[in-house]
Amino acid sequence: MDEPLSIVLFSGTDDRLTAASLFAAGAAVLGRPVRILLQYWGLEAFCADRNARAAEISGDASETGAALFADARAGGQVNWAETLRQSKELGEVEISACAQSMDVLKLQPADLDPMVDGVEGIAGFLAAAGNGQILFV
Amino acid sequence: MTDLEIAQRVDAKGLSCPMPIVKTAQAIKGLSSGQLLEVLATDAGSVKDFEAWAKSTGNPLVGSSAEGGVYRFVLQKK
Repeated sequence: MDEPLSIVLFSGTDDRLTAASLFAAGAAVLGRPVRILLQYWGLEAFCADRNARAAEISGDASETGAALFADARAGGQVNWAETLRQSKELGEVEISACAQSMDVLKLQPADLDPMVDGVEGIAGFLAAAGNGQILFV
Repeated sequence: MTDLEIAQRVDAKGLSCPMPIVKTAQAIKGLSSGQLLEVLATDAGSVKDFEAWAKSTGNPLVGSSAEGGVYRFVLQKK
């Protein structure tokens, strides 16, 4: 199976980053190429100076759910960044920063985590996605 | 299948989806063609995950069982 899975990672909170990382890992181990486009708050999560929200949980969570998620984290559940790192080792996972988001957020490639492979435009991302699935997280 | 035939074991008990399959993909890289890998997992999604992974990657799932909430999978490196 080699249909690409394309993920637009818009969100920058721990739970949503985790959800996206699980899809990336699942597709990578199945041998599917994975392409992730980092937009806005998803992009900030990959920037050491601005990723404080990446340790927080989104407003989607209930109080009970947020507490259970925190428990799982404290219990050693692998975090999203480590899951993505492992996915990159196991398969073809390309992580790009959305060029427009880089402009709006005044970021330079040097500000980003080394996991980010480069900067890409929307048209390039969509063209590479072809008829494959695109997830927006 | 005797225990002696297993070349490597992965204990993925207690790990959530998709970590059992991620650990499996990492472990099978170190094996030679034909060698067997045993994986133990407790994740309820693992039965379908392992079937799908074996089919997609071409590494056959040669054994699968469940006992006391622990799933055991034996995969053969292609």
